[in-house]
Amino acid sequence: MRHLLAAGDLDADTATRLLDTADRLEQALAGREVHKLPTLRGRTVVTLFYENSTRTRASFEIAGKWMSADVVNVSAAGSSVAKGESLRDTAHTLDAMGTDLVVLRHPASGSAHRMAGWISAHVVNAGDGSHEHPTQALLDAATLRHRLGSLEGRRITIVGDVLHSRVARSGVTLLSTLGAQVQLVAPPTLLPCGVENWGGRNSPVTVSHDLDAALPGSDAVMMLRVQVERMHGGFFPSAREYAIGYGLSEARAALLPAHAPVLHPGPMLRGMEIAHAVADSPRSAITDQVRNGVHVRMAVLYHLLSGQEDRQGSEA
Amino acid sequence: MRRERGSAVTSRPGTAEQRELLTAADVARTVVRMAHQIIERTAPDAVVLLGIPSRGVPLAHRLAERIREFTGTSTAVGTLDITLYRDDLRRRPNRPLAETMLPEGGLDDALVVLVDDVLYSGRTVRAALDALREYGRPRAVQLAVLVDRGHRELPIRADYVGKNLPTARDEEIAVLLTETDGTDSVIIRRAGS
Repeated sequence: MRHLLAAGDLDADTATRLLDTADRLEQALAGREVHKLPTLRGRTVVTLFYENSTRTRASFEIAGKWMSADVVNVSAAGSSVAKGESLRDTAHTLDAMGTDLVVLRHPASGSAHRMAGWISAHVVNAGDGSHEHPTQALLDAATLRHRLGSLEGRRITIVGDVLHSRVARSGVTLLSTLGAQVQLVAPPTLLPCGVENWGGRNSPVTVSHDLDAALPGSDAVMMLRVQVERMHGGFFPSAREYAIGYGLSEARAALLPAHAPVLHPGPMLRGMEIAHAVADSPRSAITDQVRNGVHVRMAVLYHLLSGQEDRQGSEA
Repeated sequence: MRRERGSAVTSRPGTAEQRELLTAADVARTVVRMAHQIIERTAPDAVVLLGIPSRGVPLAHRLAERIREFTGTSTAVGTLDITLYRDDLRRRPNRPLAETMLPEGGLDDALVVLVDDVLYSGRTVRAALDALREYGRPRAVQLAVLVDRGHRELPIRADYVGKNLPTARDEEIAVLLTETDGTDSVIIRRAGS
């Protein structure tokens, strides 16, 4: 594995290996006062963010620092990007400085793929437009694995703005790869065409517009953020109406089986996508997701940056 | 070229290129002797046996079992994965991580005995010492190995050695244990055979 650009880059073995590594890393750091491993000493990781982010960026930075990599943060605001530098020139600049790995978040779908073709550093896609966000999918899978044991045959319901969501796209791909049955629930306006085929031939995705009917048979529910910044037009009449149809209220959460956790990639719009009481209930795995995010990103950095350079990895 | 320590082999003892140096009975006897030595040299201190994955772990458990048999007291056993502390991470294909499990009481002020199957260059032990430092401050650290095959690259020696086996660098020592390989045996063979 040279880059991590999409959840589809990961076959079941590679994904499982990454998740196992994340668990081991968590274990290696558990109960220690000093959160520091020497593993990536002397490697340079740049986080290049063209979109706002709290958790993804902090998570990558912490992951790199806990493994002793040097982490440099570059954001579009306050950099040469604001002066009009192209993505390609910025990429070459970072490459020329000896960067070993670039973590890229960019509003344009496919930007991470483009960058991987331009530079010699490894590239990790930390979200490209409404396309992919593979490390989010990994941390969701890690969280579900912890809560449910295994994903094989589990029914995972993803709810909300599927159309604009890179979390949903990567999530469906990875969860299907790991053997889960994915069900998407959204208003018709927020479902892209061809969504039934996202899971591949072996695990077709089912689609529904009725959240109440979908919840009782779900082993887990993943709420999505409504991406207002990507919406140009009226996708639903009002926030209130969205909440009535697709928000996870307390009454709705009670329809879930007792073992089913609730996930949300954050930042969450409380009261609209998810009720306060649900977000703070024992069912909620939201803080677990954030915690697992650090370990999963450590695992990704470890897999990309340690080991022999010339290795091309198993065909993923 | 250095070969993987004690890598598992599909063993065919008796073929021209490989020889069995220790039989199952020899391994059992050796573990018993090492357990006695550990008791003699550490009593009355509380000992923590820390196995280095993969084959140091079953060895640590066997030693603890023998010690319990001989003294009636139980010994704390843990495992310490040293992969993240290796100095050759970038010279080999990516390595999977193994489990790290420390005993309840931690390592502070304990007498830690690191347990591994083969002592060769000493680099694994150096990595283990680095890793140990992150987990606590033992009163002292000792090293127990089933086989010492020589060729040290660092100033490290073992406190308990099951068997000294002089080897050439191009030979490979494979320690097989029932828990990981289905049989107890120590085999020597030409690298690449």
